[in-house]
Amino acid sequence: MTELELGPVWLSLQLATVTVIVLLALATPLAWWLAFTRSRTRTVVEAIVALPLVLPPTVLGFYLLVLLGPAGAIGRFWVQMTDSTLTFSFIGLVVASVIYSFPFTVQPLQAAFEGVGKAPLEAAATLGANPFDAFLRVASPLALRGYVSAIVLTFAHTLGEFGVVLMVGGNIPDRTKVISIAIYEHVETLRYTQAHVLAACLLAFSFIVLLSVYMLNRRMPLVRT
Amino acid sequence: MSTLALQVTLRRADFTLEVQGELALEGITALFGPSGSGKTTLLRVIAGLESSARGSVTFDGNAWQSAQRWVPAERRGVGYVFQDGRLFPHLTVEKNLEFAAQRATRSTIDFGAAVAAFDLTALLQRRPGSLSGGEQQRVAIARALLTSPQLLLMDEPLSSLDIGRKREILPLIEQLPRQFGVPVLYVTHNVDEVARLASHVLLLAGGRVAAYGSVADVFERIDLEPYTGGLEAGTVLCTRVADYLDGVATLVVGKERLRVPMGDAPVGTVRPIRIHARDVAIATERPRNLSIRNVLTAKILRIETSATGNVELLLDVEGEHLRSRITRDACDELELKVGQYVFALIKSVALESTLLG
Repeated sequence: MTELELGPVWLSLQLATVTVIVLLALATPLAWWLAFTRSRTRTVVEAIVALPLVLPPTVLGFYLLVLLGPAGAIGRFWVQMTDSTLTFSFIGLVVASVIYSFPFTVQPLQAAFEGVGKAPLEAAATLGANPFDAFLRVASPLALRGYVSAIVLTFAHTLGEFGVVLMVGGNIPDRTKVISIAIYEHVETLRYTQAHVLAACLLAFSFIVLLSVYMLNRRMPLVRT
Repeated sequence: MSTLALQVTLRRADFTLEVQGELALEGITALFGPSGSGKTTLLRVIAGLESSARGSVTFDGNAWQSAQRWVPAERRGVGYVFQDGRLFPHLTVEKNLEFAAQRATRSTIDFGAAVAAFDLTALLQRRPGSLSGGEQQRVAIARALLTSPQLLLMDEPLSSLDIGRKREILPLIEQLPRQFGVPVLYVTHNVDEVARLASHVLLLAGGRVAAYGSVADVFERIDLEPYTGGLEAGTVLCTRVADYLDGVATLVVGKERLRVPMGDAPVGTVRPIRIHARDVAIATERPRNLSIRNVLTAKILRIETSATGNVELLLDVEGEHLRSRITRDACDELELKVGQYVFALIKSVALESTLLG
């Protein structure tokens, strides 16, 4: 058996980890707003957040390529700031993954916050907790299940992405060549053994991840009184 | 004594709350009215939980809300006991209590004293989910107290409990103002709770104040009967516990005595009791050979015809008021007149049920 090439695996894990961290920071306030607002724009925002679920990754990747490329609005700015291009770089992949996986973080969090509801937050306020304090000490622990689901799903979904990465990142070893791209390349060049190893790893990993999410959802007794 | 000045409007699709007035808060003040009258909404406005409320809320001269100012709930220094307790399910009882104590801006109420008063020592390590309804409410009240509030707001804290649990918790609530030096605003739609706990009552109907005053004054007004409850109409009599014999207490009102089966109040304490108008019969001579043991001498102050065509008598018993509902025929036959002295016959059972309600 050929040795397992660790480059793409390592890169995929890095990308997924960074994406999860960035998305948690971005999605938490948005999910909070979606869960509690009475504004009419909520429906529009919900639809936009869900777009990556239905759009073909190539469509998303195409727009991102245009936007992030050296001639695009964001890409040109990035080149001016850093002297390097956003496309075909790790940072570019992170940006693409964040957008691609957005609903996988926002939706579980929103559902969790809606499940927590206003009642415990009102109780926290009457006990002297300011909104941030109430969020940290009451809402987050009660929404823990939602956080676990969001983290696991986002991580797994980012590991598995292909189309967006191919469009935005291409196939540069140690920079943008993630597992799914490596598998594609192996198949293209008829190196089925290597493709088998990576594909099986990804399959097993994804299954274990989903299994643990469902088991956690069943078992975690925290939320209900 | 604290004062709470209210000038509040809150509009919802199907309901408008409009309350003006100044409440002198001492002891327990009941916020009473039929369901849908806006009691809970008003309590939430006072707590700062209704951001759509307009107008002003001023407590002891401090504006909690005005046209220019909005003090958020966490900085009003009020304790709030929710109907459903709202304990944090992810924290133990002890951590729930500490949550309040750690955030208190002043500390007038001692942790140990609150735990002791509500008998929570054995529950400290438990999670709310494993507690009974009564235990949860005890924790919830102690938790609200541990914010060392200037004012304690309670929203029907007993409504989800059975009669046995109510009986356990009522005396604890009754003692709150004296034991912890905090005035209480208590929402309820239960007349007996008002009679048992409150000194004053704010009566709400349809989002407006229908009456405000001492419990005795408000509950003897015949025009408020639709709110205080037609059949349940009655008055509150302030009595003192004189002695006990075989579990039956003697309660005195001036020279008059009542025998009531009860056992939860020490001799010498003042015990307000509620007597339903329908449970008071009238005789012009002292009756003999009667099963009713409680007969009070009373003077007729008012004779009014009620909405249902019965006659309502307002009676004076040693300076306290009592009401009696009799039929028009009976009133005519006995030739009752204002100023006349009569005998009011009270069924003991009526006293018992209201006392424990």
